[in-house]
Amino acid sequence: MGNIQRFPHSAKAASTNPLKMSQPLGAALAFLGVDRCMPLFHGSQGCTAFGLVLLVRHFREAIPLQTTAMDQVSTILGGYENLEQAVRTIHERNAPALIGVATTGVTETKGEDMAGQYSLFRQRNPALAGLKLVFANTPDFSGGFEDGFSAAVTGIVEEVVQPSDKTVKGQINVLAGCHLSPGDVEELRDIIESFGLSPIFLPDLSLSMSGRQPDDFTATSLGGVTVEQIAAMGASEATLVIGEHMRVAAAALELKTDVRSLFFDRLTGLEASDRLVRTLSELSGRPVPAKLRRQRETLVDGMLDGHFFYSRKRIAVALEPDLLYAVTSFLADMGAEVIAAVSPTQTAVLEKLKAATVMVGDHSDVETLARDADLIVSNSHGRQGAARIGVPLHRMGLPMFDRLGAGLKVHVGYRGTRELLFEIGNLFLSREMDHDEHGHAHGHRHGDGHEHGQHCGSGSCGCSAG
Amino acid sequence: MLQEKLQDVFNEPGCSTNQAKSEKERKKGCSKALKPGAAAGGCAYDGAMIALQPIADAAHLVHGPIACLGNSWDNRGTKSSGSQLYRTGFTTDMSELDIIHGGEKKLYKAIKEIVQQYDPPAVFVYQTCVPAMIGDDIEAVCKFAAKKLGKPVIPVMAPGFVGSKNLGNKLAGETLLDHVIGTVEPEVTTPTDICIVGEYNLAGELWLVKPLLDEIGIRILSCISGDGRYNEVAQAHRARLTMVVCSQALVNVGRKMQERWGIPYFEGSFYGVSDMSDTLRTMARMLVERGADKAIIDRTEGVIAREESRVWRRLEPYKPRFDGKRVLLFTGGVKSWSMVTALEGAGLTIVGTSTKKSTKEDKERIKKMKGEEFHQWDDLKPRDIYRMLRDSEADIMMSGGRSQFIALKAKVPWLDLNQERHTPYAGYDGIVNLCEEIDKTLSNPIWRQVRLAAPWDARPDAKPVGA
Repeated sequence: MGNIQRFPHSAKAASTNPLKMSQPLGAALAFLGVDRCMPLFHGSQGCTAFGLVLLVRHFREAIPLQTTAMDQVSTILGGYENLEQAVRTIHERNAPALIGVATTGVTETKGEDMAGQYSLFRQRNPALAGLKLVFANTPDFSGGFEDGFSAAVTGIVEEVVQPSDKTVKGQINVLAGCHLSPGDVEELRDIIESFGLSPIFLPDLSLSMSGRQPDDFTATSLGGVTVEQIAAMGASEATLVIGEHMRVAAAALELKTDVRSLFFDRLTGLEASDRLVRTLSELSGRPVPAKLRRQRETLVDGMLDGHFFYSRKRIAVALEPDLLYAVTSFLADMGAEVIAAVSPTQTAVLEKLKAATVMVGDHSDVETLARDADLIVSNSHGRQGAARIGVPLHRMGLPMFDRLGAGLKVHVGYRGTRELLFEIGNLFLSREMDHDEHGHAHGHRHGDGHEHGQHCGSGSCGCSAG
Repeated sequence: MLQEKLQDVFNEPGCSTNQAKSEKERKKGCSKALKPGAAAGGCAYDGAMIALQPIADAAHLVHGPIACLGNSWDNRGTKSSGSQLYRTGFTTDMSELDIIHGGEKKLYKAIKEIVQQYDPPAVFVYQTCVPAMIGDDIEAVCKFAAKKLGKPVIPVMAPGFVGSKNLGNKLAGETLLDHVIGTVEPEVTTPTDICIVGEYNLAGELWLVKPLLDEIGIRILSCISGDGRYNEVAQAHRARLTMVVCSQALVNVGRKMQERWGIPYFEGSFYGVSDMSDTLRTMARMLVERGADKAIIDRTEGVIAREESRVWRRLEPYKPRFDGKRVLLFTGGVKSWSMVTALEGAGLTIVGTSTKKSTKEDKERIKKMKGEEFHQWDDLKPRDIYRMLRDSEADIMMSGGRSQFIALKAKVPWLDLNQERHTPYAGYDGIVNLCEEIDKTLSNPIWRQVRLAAPWDARPDAKPVGA
């Protein structure tokens, strides 16, 4: 690996094909992992509409999301009235267990005093004392998706979790970062439960965002961790903290409850999974179940079979910071070279990345840095640039609107790591076979244009007929 | 400035809703006040972007924090036959410091970068809520940039909080009138040049119409803005006739083009067989009135006769398949109506439609055609739609993407009528496409399967597979 180049910020004034998504959107996703919740954006109506469409396209699920519908007048004079009316309307119409309020650029630029508005609301609405209300400060103009997710989880912890004198044996908390898909959370639950432990996930997207078939129409989130479960987190034996961006929430939880935190920076990769399994075995005092032992064996076998195709492959990765860390680390584990790691925002985890270039940038930066790469790993927005430079794209992260089952992808634990290993490995493998075909084709038309379309995602990959 | 513009748009006399209002009512504006906690839909910036982004060779730069573009780019199905620059998402991605110090310098730098790197014929700069709040003078920056860089740089003054998506459409239209239309002279004009307003070429719909116009001998001088090119839009003032496709969105453009350049306009639709034929007839007649060769009327009738007989012949096979099938239309009310006759002609029964965005006249027209007992809903709650579908009051719902899960969760077939869809429904061929899509989803074998009970709560009389 060459010298590591680190330039923290792109010098451009125009962000071109953004990788970044805004804080309130991250907050909305966190709120959606709470059962019967209604996320509410304190801002103008478009803020909500765009976020809603993005989440709908990714998860292919109905997304409950409301707006305080700020107009010119309320934007200038102050939005408390709108906020109060919105909360009351939502309460009357949908009776949710929790309303999660996220601020936006509009309300943050105005400088709405959210703590003040919270107490004012409580004062003026004594009848709604039982309504759980979480306010998170999530300005669009700073941070990004991950920060908003973190702010919402921290807000939920501070508002809902209760300290407890007694400890429930075998109960553990999991602060599940936004780099975990609903499928990942489900996998993690399986692993934890196989040790006889009972986890409380905050948030729990596996129950709300993985494709439910309700018996009746519901306007709030359907499934997820319940408010009662969150309240009971103070009685757990330990908290597993998954992802750097969950540290603030973890600190808040520990401060409030004295439950000790065990931190995991990633769960993708053999060693990372080993650490999790060892920890769970210690926590539960039980041996590792046979299923996990078999899964580990097949992962090791997969690594042996697959390493040929990974070695020295040049890969560019552009994802939200913690997912970026998990994926670049896994690729480095497999012997690939991460030539560029692009993050939408600046965070501490970037310091740990094993990549030749680490950059805070957008998809146009990826396009520049990945010109001679063998693969790009990014979200669906990467497909246009990847097609232009003729590099295949492996889709991860959010949004992933041109693939089915985006929310159910699994890349944690032995089994998830194995799936990721095979998916990316197969891209390289099929490419090698493909190039063989070209060799025999003696300059005729492209052997199988369709194959290439699959690599590049959009059909016009730039590697045109020779 | 923006306030005056808003008043002007609210006062639009070409708008049929406005015509029915008193002067006092009109001043209050078009958009109903949004209800906090119970509102849905896009904002004015969203609407402006919808209307202008199809201008494919221009750069579209959003001045604001990341939310406005970062969450929304790359999500519309408008197509271009050439330049793909419109698909590139540009934003100033305003940070905290830009908000403290003002974003004007960054905006200028961003415009300069885009011009240097992509050399587009023009840059559209979209004003959003936050820079509007801190007082960034977008118009001044654009003026300065245009002078410095020698290119049109056009300020689109439609920050989200001024109103709804629909209002944003109109403000985009005003932008074109103020800065674009009339700034370029066409090399050649013909007596059959037309301008189409409010057609965005979703899923390539314009391309189902254009060949017919070509055949008749009508030239699209300018389409605002589907498959549009900046210079074509700028030449729109030399058209002989304007067709306003979606009157709710951009009628102000049609009317003001008439006022300024004496170009007559009419409101037409490309959806549905009879509407399509009416549109072609009106076009030909009005062009002849303005001095085009009378022969185009005969050619138009020829094309209509051939296409109509062809489309009814092609719809014939669907009739027995659609017999007894009931459709719930839920689209906001504008587009749906013109499709109704065609769908009924193919044998479907329309059980009801939403009329949220329909005008009074629209509603009267529906009543007259369908009788009093036909359902028209101004505002139907998702829960009620769900119940209707669950109780089998309709066999398929056709709506926009946001309500798709109401149908799918009720395990009822659903078809997308809005901007995210991939199949074009305009023109004669479009109606056949639409019927094919309806047939495809109605006859899919999954519907029987997904309604089966799970084995653990199956009743003894549940039928086995294949029975």
